[in-house]
Amino acid sequence: MGAESYSLSRRSLLRGAGLIGAGGLISGCGSGFVTGVAGVGAPKNTLSYWNLLGGGDGVRMIAMENAYQQAHPNVALNAVVLSWGNPYYTKLSLATLGNKPPDVAISHLTRASILARAGMLEPLNAAELAPYGLTGGNFTPRAWNMAHTDGTLYAIPLDTHPLVMYYRTDVCKKAGLLDGSGNLKNLDSPDALTAALTAAKKVTGAYGGVVSINNDSATQWRVFSTLYYQLGGSVLANDGQDIVLDDAKAEKVLSFIQDLVVKRGLLPTSVDYGGATTMFSTGKAGFYFEGDWEITTFETTKSPFSMTAFPNVFGGTYAVQADSHSFVLPRDPGRTDARRQEIFRFIRSMLDQSSTWAQGGHIPAWLPFQTSAAYDKLKPASNYRGVANHVRYDDRAWYSGSGSDFENIMGFAIAAVAAGQMSPAAAISDMRSKLALYANTKSPV
Amino acid sequence: MSSTQAIPTAAGARTAVTVAPRKRRGEGRAGWGLATPFLIFYLLFLIGPTLYGVVMSFFNSSLQHSGLGGFAGADNYTEALTSSDFWQAMWHTVLFTLMTTPPLVVIALVLAIFTDRLARGRWFFRLVFFAPYVVPSAAMALVWTWLYTPQIGLWDKWLSAVGITNPPNWLADPNWAMASVAIATVWWTLGFNFVLYLAGLQEIPRSLYEAASVDGATRWQQMRGITIPLLRRTTGLVVVLQIIASLKIFDQIFLMTSGGPNYSTRPLLEYVYDIGFTDFRTGYAAAASMLYFLVILAVSLVWFFTSRSQRKGA
Repeated sequence: MGAESYSLSRRSLLRGAGLIGAGGLISGCGSGFVTGVAGVGAPKNTLSYWNLLGGGDGVRMIAMENAYQQAHPNVALNAVVLSWGNPYYTKLSLATLGNKPPDVAISHLTRASILARAGMLEPLNAAELAPYGLTGGNFTPRAWNMAHTDGTLYAIPLDTHPLVMYYRTDVCKKAGLLDGSGNLKNLDSPDALTAALTAAKKVTGAYGGVVSINNDSATQWRVFSTLYYQLGGSVLANDGQDIVLDDAKAEKVLSFIQDLVVKRGLLPTSVDYGGATTMFSTGKAGFYFEGDWEITTFETTKSPFSMTAFPNVFGGTYAVQADSHSFVLPRDPGRTDARRQEIFRFIRSMLDQSSTWAQGGHIPAWLPFQTSAAYDKLKPASNYRGVANHVRYDDRAWYSGSGSDFENIMGFAIAAVAAGQMSPAAAISDMRSKLALYANTKSPV
Repeated sequence: MSSTQAIPTAAGARTAVTVAPRKRRGEGRAGWGLATPFLIFYLLFLIGPTLYGVVMSFFNSSLQHSGLGGFAGADNYTEALTSSDFWQAMWHTVLFTLMTTPPLVVIALVLAIFTDRLARGRWFFRLVFFAPYVVPSAAMALVWTWLYTPQIGLWDKWLSAVGITNPPNWLADPNWAMASVAIATVWWTLGFNFVLYLAGLQEIPRSLYEAASVDGATRWQQMRGITIPLLRRTTGLVVVLQIIASLKIFDQIFLMTSGGPNYSTRPLLEYVYDIGFTDFRTGYAAAASMLYFLVILAVSLVWFFTSRSQRKGA
């Protein structure tokens, strides 16, 4: 019976240990457990803020958050960074549906309009924003306009980030592409751009320029859409229910891209995002076409470079593809007026630090800074400030915007043309048939 | 267990008969008690969501709205079954399985036999062949993307060193992208099958080989007559586990090609991810994943019945 008494005591010991463990578990993570399961909100003085900013943007945003925190010691700022794109917007939607949204969040303006349509965002009214200076007159008109959905304001723009042209000053100098004062010559025509890339290629011995292709439909879309918009084209209309792709214009742009890349070999047919930045920073390409955010990368590698607006290649009304970061208030029925005031103070504090934000290459939406001498001095970032009011956002649809399947469908087909795997005509029919599936589907938003 | 069937002649045995059922009931309770935490999680996070997914597949559910949304009947299933994108993604999943399963079974077997034959340094080869398996998919995808990088990648360097100056455009060529991911996957997951085969080989009694060599059988005859037949059960298990693992392809392709170039590698799970999370159409995504579930279920059932008949035959 000795064995049995031993086994009993072992069992009771385990039982006891289990209870202690469970008790410890519940009391140990008490606050989080209670908040999550029982639905008790965070303490009143906490301001939760979600964003999707990584890399250099993330570093600068943390600096701005710290400055806010120091100036507002009575508020506990709880900033959460989530991974870019779908994971971020999915979590934002689900948190809002589950009535646990952050107080304030960053959203691309193209995505804010989708969230607004879905009823996920709180409308903002001019009267309550005015005391904080958050009025239309203080923002880039184009971005402020895009922050409205169906005539109502849902977002406060922080910046505009267009596609820009990076160029190596050493390569361009040798290629004779700089004028007397060291600025890049005008490249506003297909011939001028082709000639510049050809000259740069002679200097680098490898490529004239570089655009990321592999596994990167977004960049391909940025370049194609910019050229296509310059011809006056649109892709979607009527909230995405109609496809208004102009085949002739699209074919003209695709043929131009294919000519530069495949026929003339001025740009590589196969390079991924990281490879493209490396090619530019190591001088294997004289030009690099990407959104303005890679400025930090090339400052870090100490490459001799500068940036300017993407040229008006097709010479129509100037247009360039862009999106904007903005602040939104996810829907929260329990949010008090005092809490809203705190959020607006926070947004104003962020905008007041536009000088920090603008170092990341984005054109600040906050006009008091954008028109200042301090921004003028911020080179090369302020070189392309003029495009802020000529940018084009993705045509509105429930399936368009940054990180959307619209950009994927277009970008994949464009990349196939740029890599020489598909003819422009085949790519256009590919785009049409894929987009038709979306245009004919009832919006889930 | 067998003590309960003991013939009650001796006193000790009789007590065993009377005590055993009570004791067993107690053990059963303890068993359920120990399994309960797992069962609760199983119900909450597997059975529950699966049933919810079945229901959702008949509704126009959206990621942007709470609740199920409007009733759709069989519309979602009709849409999936008539969608060329759905079938294309299904084919990519099957193609990936066809590309990876044979090498992952055959190479694992060859390497296991090789390692098993070694007199010394066995631990080293076990470690080397198994090590890649513990690398997370994100790290593996990163490393292989670098290897495949055009012009500056190591593969292109190595190939040009042996005279192949015009290597394929690995991940960027629609004809090569799937094969490139498959090669990386074989390197990455080989270790698991390798270990299963190694365990299977160690089960085979050495005396069989001794007897065979006494009878004058060559190495090759021993392999065909002893090793391969006695590994049949292991092979059956490895093949089915591998098919199921390959059908679940998502991580590597999502990370290395995003389903490109031009959707030429998008597997079914990425299709479900795209329509569910990117396009917010969770109802339709649920229907597509139910159809995919049926495929996996069919494979599992085939294995279940063949292995049962094998066991009966044995």
